[in-house]
Amino acid sequence: MKRLLQFNIVIVFLFLYIPILVVVVFSFNSGNQIAVWEGFSLEWYGKMFKNRDVLDTCKYSLIIAGLATLISTIIGTAAALALEKHRFLLRSAVIRLLYLPLIIPDIVLAIALLMFYNSVNIPLGLTSVILAHVVFNVAYVTIVVRARLQGYDYTVEEAALDLGANEWQTFWRITLPLIAPGIVGGALLAFTLSIDDFVITFFTTGVGKTTLSVYIYSSIKFGLTPELNAISSVLLVNSIVFVLLFVGFRGKTRQG
Amino acid sequence: MRHKYRHIVLLSPVLFWLIIFFILPLISIFIFSFLERDTYGGIRWIFTFENYLRFFDGVYLKTFWRSVSTAFVCTAICLLVGYPFAYYLACYRPKWRNVLLILVVVPFLTNFLIRTYAWILILRTEGLLNSFLTFLIPDIQPLELLNTPIAVQIGLIYGYLPFMILPLYAALEQLDMSLIDAAKDLGASPRHAFWHITLPLSLPGILAGSMLVFIPTVGAFLTPDLLGGGKVNYIGNVIEGQFKSSRDYPFGSALSFMLMVIVTAGTVLYFRALRDSDPAEN
Repeated sequence: MKRLLQFNIVIVFLFLYIPILVVVVFSFNSGNQIAVWEGFSLEWYGKMFKNRDVLDTCKYSLIIAGLATLISTIIGTAAALALEKHRFLLRSAVIRLLYLPLIIPDIVLAIALLMFYNSVNIPLGLTSVILAHVVFNVAYVTIVVRARLQGYDYTVEEAALDLGANEWQTFWRITLPLIAPGIVGGALLAFTLSIDDFVITFFTTGVGKTTLSVYIYSSIKFGLTPELNAISSVLLVNSIVFVLLFVGFRGKTRQG
Repeated sequence: MRHKYRHIVLLSPVLFWLIIFFILPLISIFIFSFLERDTYGGIRWIFTFENYLRFFDGVYLKTFWRSVSTAFVCTAICLLVGYPFAYYLACYRPKWRNVLLILVVVPFLTNFLIRTYAWILILRTEGLLNSFLTFLIPDIQPLELLNTPIAVQIGLIYGYLPFMILPLYAALEQLDMSLIDAAKDLGASPRHAFWHITLPLSLPGILAGSMLVFIPTVGAFLTPDLLGGGKVNYIGNVIEGQFKSSRDYPFGSALSFMLMVIVTAGTVLYFRALRDSDPAEN
């Protein structure tokens, strides 16, 4: 029985990691075939760094993810504080509303935003994408910060207030440093999800300024080149680094 | 709690944001779904049920059914593979448990588009799977897997398996092992103990995992689009088509709304089942 279960573990990991390895291995391929090995080369990485479209869309991805993360981290942290420190009427309704964007299929949220932008004349572009990303990011930030607040010792705040600190000082010197790992964790998660999002960006983006994910999608659709493997590998490594950072911060969250 | 209205101040930015960029958009597709399309792909402000009637008109119902049954198969396979996986980690407690868990989470947070693209490299007729098979058996006919429902199914299982494993692990990890020992002491066979103790107690995890897999796979757009190659229609692609190529916004809105209804109904059923399965609540 135990052997069988171990075999299953091995199979699952092969299934999860072979596709990722395939992309990374073939990004070092020389020659023009996307998946026929011809020899080692860094040629496609070189091409990638000279490709204007890649550099531009990469820049827009970073701008969008950065701003969406900033906004959602601030308003999501505020929401988490309100939900964990206060008991009020309609609290559970607010929680449901906050997490609803996670349940609604991506495509429905994307279409709804597209139709809404069209009907109120918000032009499609970087701004429309940022506004959309905050909608799903804010839920993740709130979840992570709330988790941090659940192990939080409120008596520390009371002590600070008793010792003469005003509420503002208490917030900046006590509350914020204590929940900081949760906030950073939430922000890292939001940033990763924002960089990786395709469906919502695809529908809410305008012509021209778009993200790396949308660029990759059109490259897949309209002509596979080995360069795509190089771009994908960079993005994969990027998200793996962010996930590990996030896990690190969550680890701290648990200890605290 | 010093200030009675502080929570309102803290919550108002989020509420403001979600009402404008989430609730209003959902209301707007609901309204659009009752309007008529005009000849140039715009919208005419005439009330009609036409879009919903068209939905119940065969082809689209079939597409919906295909999406739902694909999601169902995907959920079942994820459960069959994920349960033993989570069971091993939680019950045998291998030394590298935490590392293994992180290794499950990592792919699930890497770019979904790229992970789907990877399967194109593997499943293409001249792809890696066929090269591998020809290497094993030189005379084999190459398999035509890409752009078939099987490819879509593989892509969906690949994308959502971690969503199943994590809640299952969470449920099994909390399981009190002494209950199983007690059952065995009282003469239950290991099989009996599993079916009567372990499985029922892990039901909340099974339900959570199933919901987390089922919901995104019903409305999946990217996987059918890339691995199905537009040859087989799924609801996500049909919706996309109404906005990107056919320009029938009202009908696309009606389809989106129906998808949302299915998913929300599923969620409500889930919470009801969860409440019924929780021994503490009964």
